[in-house]
Amino acid sequence: MKWPLFIACFLGMGLTAEAAAQDSDKAIVEKGRYLAAASDCGACHSVHGQPEYSGGVSFSLPMGKIYSTNITPDPDHGIGRYTEAQFGQALRQGIRRDGATLYPAMPFLSYARLTDSDIHALFVYFRDGVKAVPVSAPKNQIPWPLSIRWPLTFWRWAFAPTPHKAIASTAGEFTDPLLARGAYLVEGPAHCGACHSPRAITMQEKALTAHDGSLYLAGGAPVDGWTPPSLRQENRTGLGRWSEEDIVSFLRTGRSNTGSVFGSMTSAVLHGTQKLTDSDLHAIAHYLKSLPPADQTQTPWTYDPTITDQLHKADLSSRGARIYVDRCAACHRTDGKGYPAVFPALAGNPVMMQSDAMSLVHIVQNGASLPAMTAAPSSITMPAFSHKLTDQQIADVVTFIRHAWGNNAAPVSAEDVRQFSKTMPPPDMADDAVSLN
Amino acid sequence: MGRTHVDAVIVGAGWAGSIMAKELTEAGLSVIMLERGPERMTPVEGAYPESIDELRGAVRKRLFQNLSQSTVTIRNTMDQTALPYRQLAAFLPGEGVGGAGLHWSGVHFRVAPEDLRLRSSVIERYGEKFIPEGMNLQDYGVTYAELEPFFDKAEKVFGTSGEAYKVQGKIVGNGNVFSPDRSDNFPLQAMKDTFSASIFRDAAKNAGYHPYALPAANASRQYTNIYGCQMGPCNFCGYCSGYDCYLYSKASPNVNILPALRQDPGFTLIPNAHVLRVDLDSTKTKATGVTYLDTETREETSLSADLVILGAFQFNNVHLMLVSGIGKPYDPVSNTGTVGRNFVYQTITSSRVWLPSSTYTNQFVGAGGAGVAIDDFNSMNFDHGPLGFVGGSPVWVNQAGVKPIAAAIGAGGGGTPRWGSAYKNALINTYKHSLGIDAHGSNMAYRDVYLDLDPTWKDVYGQPLLRMTFTWKDNDIRMNQYVVSRIEPIARAMGATKMNLVHLNAGQPFDTRNYQTTHLGGGAIMGDNPQTSALNRYLQSWDVSNVFVIGSNAFPQGMGYNPTGMVAALAYWAAHHIRTTYLKSPGPLVKA
Repeated sequence: MKWPLFIACFLGMGLTAEAAAQDSDKAIVEKGRYLAAASDCGACHSVHGQPEYSGGVSFSLPMGKIYSTNITPDPDHGIGRYTEAQFGQALRQGIRRDGATLYPAMPFLSYARLTDSDIHALFVYFRDGVKAVPVSAPKNQIPWPLSIRWPLTFWRWAFAPTPHKAIASTAGEFTDPLLARGAYLVEGPAHCGACHSPRAITMQEKALTAHDGSLYLAGGAPVDGWTPPSLRQENRTGLGRWSEEDIVSFLRTGRSNTGSVFGSMTSAVLHGTQKLTDSDLHAIAHYLKSLPPADQTQTPWTYDPTITDQLHKADLSSRGARIYVDRCAACHRTDGKGYPAVFPALAGNPVMMQSDAMSLVHIVQNGASLPAMTAAPSSITMPAFSHKLTDQQIADVVTFIRHAWGNNAAPVSAEDVRQFSKTMPPPDMADDAVSLN
Repeated sequence: MGRTHVDAVIVGAGWAGSIMAKELTEAGLSVIMLERGPERMTPVEGAYPESIDELRGAVRKRLFQNLSQSTVTIRNTMDQTALPYRQLAAFLPGEGVGGAGLHWSGVHFRVAPEDLRLRSSVIERYGEKFIPEGMNLQDYGVTYAELEPFFDKAEKVFGTSGEAYKVQGKIVGNGNVFSPDRSDNFPLQAMKDTFSASIFRDAAKNAGYHPYALPAANASRQYTNIYGCQMGPCNFCGYCSGYDCYLYSKASPNVNILPALRQDPGFTLIPNAHVLRVDLDSTKTKATGVTYLDTETREETSLSADLVILGAFQFNNVHLMLVSGIGKPYDPVSNTGTVGRNFVYQTITSSRVWLPSSTYTNQFVGAGGAGVAIDDFNSMNFDHGPLGFVGGSPVWVNQAGVKPIAAAIGAGGGGTPRWGSAYKNALINTYKHSLGIDAHGSNMAYRDVYLDLDPTWKDVYGQPLLRMTFTWKDNDIRMNQYVVSRIEPIARAMGATKMNLVHLNAGQPFDTRNYQTTHLGGGAIMGDNPQTSALNRYLQSWDVSNVFVIGSNAFPQGMGYNPTGMVAALAYWAAHHIRTTYLKSPGPLVKA
């Protein structure tokens, strides 16, 4: 009577231990999956409609076109032969398994901050949680001699921090745990600075952490036809008037009361930030709200009703006003306030007031689509106007928007619009770049 | 090769189908929804300004059924030979994802409770002899109290704008005094009155009537519904009926349900899939699935399913039942059978009133669901005794926006010149200074008004067309004439300088050449008696218990209200009973 019970208990214990081990493996895979989202791996390594992480996203750089690689565990086409140490080296130091240096499109300067345990979770996830896909990304199209990789190694030596130093510098910045978590996510896995920080002539980010000075996240150079705005607290062109809740909502759903996602950031939200926990999103928002403005000269934006009053009196004498009323006001309204979280406000919107009007012009030319997000399934579209409006008309309406309702950015000329046309990104709806509904 | 099996297959991707698909995937079922027409996504086809191209839209019927593939035949009386309906005019069935729910206007009513038990109510008040010979007056077999939670849910999905009268027994606002108690307020405040609606409100009130804001599934402000789907606010652009709303403010399956549904891994939508029949087993009491034709490849596919939901347009549901052999076809001679019985329409006439040239109604402004109505002559809200007819009409000014081509075609209306300066003056005067007033009335069911399969005409797939035998009957003509006569004093009080009051004339036959309404009903009605209804009170076929037929086909009479709100509530009602009862123990929910 007692023996079978004992045996049963013994077996049960064995099973429990095994189950616990499986559970912890599973937990590590899940942790890795979460970190992969936080690190936004999918934005660069997944193409809509193709198997996850099988690579092939193209990046147009001044010296040519490069493609992201297959990072599935396929041994021949992906990273299946990487050891954990090699995997960590690639992520944190930009060193490929064969010793070559990765193009710094891979944000290893930020990933250098990833802790060992996070690297381990990511390694386990990319080994056990991702399906191996036997395809190779297209070959990079960089002409010789620029295609030679060894100069990159010197670049890496010059600008890449060692993981040890990077981890210590980010971890040492803040004592407040919420700010510390926010700093880790933003400066590390989320690699926001890769786009939102300015780069030197030698292409390295001018600042990698909050403590490196006010250039960090102060707005970057154009990427794929979009000019990343400042994420610091500038009143007009930064996040000065965005509440913590606005930032959280934006990162979770791609839309908020203060603005909607567009351009390259769309895939960062789609593949990355929408999957983060509430507490991590709040940590990110809290941290961003702590970054003082880089540009100290901006007067606070206040709503100016002059243009609204003119439009309400059918006074269309302002440059671009007629086009605005015909083409834009149905959704963004004559008062420029839009309908928050559906049609974004243009009045006071930082993107309208960026000194570089590239993003605004490209949105007008190409339209923009909010894809379906898990917590906000509606995709909402602004149509393209490049085939309906001349360069002059686009310049006029963009100039109108940039100086109406208290906005104070410089006018845009037809010549500017013509120049921007050269860097016009493909429309959102081309080749199914985002899923609409 | 086995057939693909799913838990539930749904025919039609309009409101009925989309609601059922959402409910059944929420219940954990795998669902395939088949839609005859193409995919339609508001961010793509609905994008401004292409979406409001009137030539492509209302004139060339972008969102409507392609009659060159399949249509109905129509005749007025049983002694005539029916001919195919070859050009869309009198009614406009939708085609494509969203169905008629994409091109509707957005008037979103509940139901007048007495309309659900109209036979009982008429007998109680006027006696059985009051019902004319040959009128198949019937009750729905369901009460307003039973449906209330589902009306409430539908409004919260549609983002309906309105003003309540009574919520949980308390008078809360200036809504329709004839409307029944509500468990909750409208999710959005009422749409603003257009100028034309506001002067109608004043005139009706002064005449002692009870005006109220039409409940509109046009969002009066931005809204996120219970599925997380977003709507933008209506700006009265006037492009509702016949268009996919570029502002995301007119509720549609495409805007309000499908964005959430498409994210569900248990859900599959197959467009361009024309369902040929519901497949039955040899006993004809159980459906085994459906067979559909891919309209692009012309390949036939059979799907196996435990549950089949017909959620196509009213007459397509009836057609599918007839060609599949579900239930017994109605025979008006022997007065037996149920499928095709109680085919009904609505009795609607639109009158026009001109105001002085100093008063601007600006007919180009509008919203399909907005306006001001009175219910004083609707349902059982007035004394029919001395009038001697059953039924009634709400009366309203529903300025939905007259588009430029429609304005040019309509010009000055009845008898005004069709060219030259007189034409232009009439056009301008009408566009700027006139307004429309509608009598939006009920239509009763009759023994010799019905649907069956046409003996001659076939669609391109080789199946017999559905035949409509329909004309206006004396009861409904007199109802219409009475209600239109009540409009005249209101119009005078509004300051009319000229009126064109339109009503049906005695003996006037149904004419398919002019648009009247797309609100067709009946043909496969719900009820409590399998001898006189095709469906039980849960919209389940009496004969094939794993087939549910959702739509206005279930209405025993054509009601004065627009049908979409009722269709949505019935869908949620049926889905609720499928989820809570049927799935646990599949079989008839009511013993025959």
